[in-house]
Amino acid sequence: MISQLAIVLFDGFAFGMLLFVLSVGLSVTLGLMNFINLAHGAFGMLGGYVAVTAMRGLGLPFLAALPAAFLAAAAISILLERTLFRRLYRAGELNQVLFTIGVVFVATAMATYAFGTVQQVIQLPGWLRGSVEVAGLRLGAYRIFIIAVALAVTGLLVFGLERTRLGARIRAAVDNQRVAQGLGLDVEKIFAVTFALGSGLAGLGGALAIEIVGLDPSFGFHYLVYVLIVVSVGGLGSVAGSFFGAALLGICDVAGKYFVPEIGSFLIYLLLVAILFVRPLGLFGRR
Amino acid sequence: METQQPALRTEALCKSFGSLKVARDVTIELPRGARHALIGPNGAGKTTLINLITGEMRADSGRIALDGRDITQDPTMARVRYGLTRTFQINTLFPDLAPIEAVTLAICERERLAGQFWKGLTAHREAIDEGFEILRQLQLAEVAIRPTRTLPYGQQRLLEIALALATRPKVLLLDEPAAGVPKGESAALFSVIAALPDDISVLFIEHDMDIVFSFATRIIVMVSGGVLLEAEPAVVRSDPRVREVYLGRASHA
Amino acid sequence: MTVETPTLADPHDWLERKGRWSAFEIAFWVASLLPFFLFQTYLPLASQIAVTALFAVSVDLVLGYAGIITLGHAMFFGLGAYAAGLISKAGWGEPLTGLIFAAAFAGLVGYVASFIIVRVQHLALIMITLGLGFLTYELANSMSWLTGGTDGLQGVETWPILGVFRFDLWGYTAYGYALAALFLGLVLSRRIVHSSFGLSLRGIRENVRRMPAVGSDYRGHLQKIYTISAAVAGCAGALLTQTTDTVSLDTLSFQRSADVVVMLILGGTGRLYGAVIGAIIFMVARDQLADMNPQYWYFWIGLLLMVVVLVMPKGILGGLARLAGERD
Repeated sequence: MISQLAIVLFDGFAFGMLLFVLSVGLSVTLGLMNFINLAHGAFGMLGGYVAVTAMRGLGLPFLAALPAAFLAAAAISILLERTLFRRLYRAGELNQVLFTIGVVFVATAMATYAFGTVQQVIQLPGWLRGSVEVAGLRLGAYRIFIIAVALAVTGLLVFGLERTRLGARIRAAVDNQRVAQGLGLDVEKIFAVTFALGSGLAGLGGALAIEIVGLDPSFGFHYLVYVLIVVSVGGLGSVAGSFFGAALLGICDVAGKYFVPEIGSFLIYLLLVAILFVRPLGLFGRR
Repeated sequence: METQQPALRTEALCKSFGSLKVARDVTIELPRGARHALIGPNGAGKTTLINLITGEMRADSGRIALDGRDITQDPTMARVRYGLTRTFQINTLFPDLAPIEAVTLAICERERLAGQFWKGLTAHREAIDEGFEILRQLQLAEVAIRPTRTLPYGQQRLLEIALALATRPKVLLLDEPAAGVPKGESAALFSVIAALPDDISVLFIEHDMDIVFSFATRIIVMVSGGVLLEAEPAVVRSDPRVREVYLGRASHA
Repeated sequence: MTVETPTLADPHDWLERKGRWSAFEIAFWVASLLPFFLFQTYLPLASQIAVTALFAVSVDLVLGYAGIITLGHAMFFGLGAYAAGLISKAGWGEPLTGLIFAAAFAGLVGYVASFIIVRVQHLALIMITLGLGFLTYELANSMSWLTGGTDGLQGVETWPILGVFRFDLWGYTAYGYALAALFLGLVLSRRIVHSSFGLSLRGIRENVRRMPAVGSDYRGHLQKIYTISAAVAGCAGALLTQTTDTVSLDTLSFQRSADVVVMLILGGTGRLYGAVIGAIIFMVARDQLADMNPQYWYFWIGLLLMVVVLVMPKGILGGLARLAGERD
């Protein structure tokens, strides 16, 4: 029983870390521009399909497919941001929601056209398959890998935000846009860079997710809901918030589906509504 | 006169953001019928003080009383209903509503008619008439049915005041009513304010000293969140500290 | 009195005119009778459209008039649908009381939910509406002993309306019933819109920050309109149950919540007939393109959404009205 619980906790945490990589970019960009980008999940899907194509079409190894997914999602996001999204920063929430939902619809249809509705599978390298015995528990090797990647991403983000010039600018802009502008920071440019990085991370998350949750054209929508829960529960613009929000959601989701499968998904939404009722700004939100 | 309650009184209001003190022990009194000016350099905490008094910001400590009634804990909406109303430095209007709709809205809210969804708006004839009368007072009658966003800026500033008047205030806090208005027009705008009935006590923020000295009966000078001086215009004009605050800053800028 | 300048319009007249029935509206209601005579084969579609239009009107009340972005309003539609279905299965198939029961039930849930809704803004608000929608869906799904789960609720029976008008196979009664409900829903909605309450709602939408500064208890207003809207949505759901005699889980689905928002955008938010016209365009297009792979259907919907937001932020009807130079 105890070991079962430990496994569930571990799997849940690994799933949470996956959600963290998928969502942290949206949290930061939302904190920066208040731009509600419901297409964030679509960048995750894009990364997934890029990884699949890179591995199966180009024969790239898995570890090369991951950065490819990151770069492709980042590149496409720059393109979309510069041509379309930037027109919507002052367009009001409803228009942002509608436009980005439109993007998800189109992306979903394009994925269906290109890849069909079948679940995509990828061949992991041998060392990521199977499980590893740690302290008497058999833990999935791939899940350990995901946790390691997520922790590395967290480390890089925290280091980047705390120690670099760009990071300082992003923090200043998240804290107070007007002040940042007054200090001569080009908030739009900072945002464009952040947006690309965040979308790239979503792409990376999408590629990592294939083995765990599969990949089909509904990915953009399905995981959007998870991503939004992480962001709103964690609080906008907070890396730490996203981390804990994602871990909480991952563990509750896996535990709920494992122990009470009939009402597992119900519990997630109940948790979401309850947390937002008590703390409308999320657990770590300040604004 | 001395025994009468002041229309508005704040007692030792304090507010900090982190280590930044934006209001320190602000105690002011506004007697009935007052025409007081609130002046001070940028960042002195004038708008913050108005936000604290109206409840848009909560004070960390201190008390606020309106006509002797403690309103420190009341939300903005309740304070407005008791007769404490403000205008905004940056136009805070309803862009797609016509002025007559905007003032009628405020009147219906005041008269608790705004919840009646089963009655047509035109059934509230008195509210519309009263709203039109306010617009007439402020020379807005001719544009009463034009969408607010199409009005010239000066008229939008007047509508700010019209909206406040529609709540039938006892105390009116005007946050730079003439902000952005050309100098020639701002005197006209202030003569409208000067013509307000005597039972409305007015506190206004204004940067133009000529206007302050010609319209204010008393002046409150704020510096870095605290009250430096409260006195009659002549006293303020000759006070060396005030000169230093203004001239000192001027030489920096 | 002061001398009135000649350009001065009487504000009473002007406000009165805004609330008057227009020629367009009358023409619309006359045209709504056409399916009885001209397109009888489309009567079932016509009643579906009327039901959907009523639902869209309910969403317009909160989204278009009060500015609450909701992505979970199917919750109330579905609750109404199940309420009507369950009361019928419990042995009471009288349609009008069933409708009232369903509306009251959905309205009650809406009232409770409104306490959460007014606490949050921005993304959190969208998430709350989304979360409540999913929550209700999952709840109905897991309570299959009551709702029939994914199989839906079978064996709903609806008695003749007023004991006279039997629901016929061709759908005459169903369409007449749904159309009458839509008409009443619109009469109620335009009453709300043209009342002092409606004016305050527009104030909230235009500039919520000013509302407390004019002494408005705007949260109370939002709760009220949210409750009314939930009741109307529940009514629409109940109509669907009574005209089709089944209830399925997809009455509660996110898809339905999203579709209705798309309809509103097509027709234009904040103009009641925008909701109706959007529903007509959407439903007719989907019916005509039924053979199309649903994925591609959503491709065009997505593209349309993007174009509408970029080119005509006031919706198609709003865009056309602006082209025609109509002032509103």
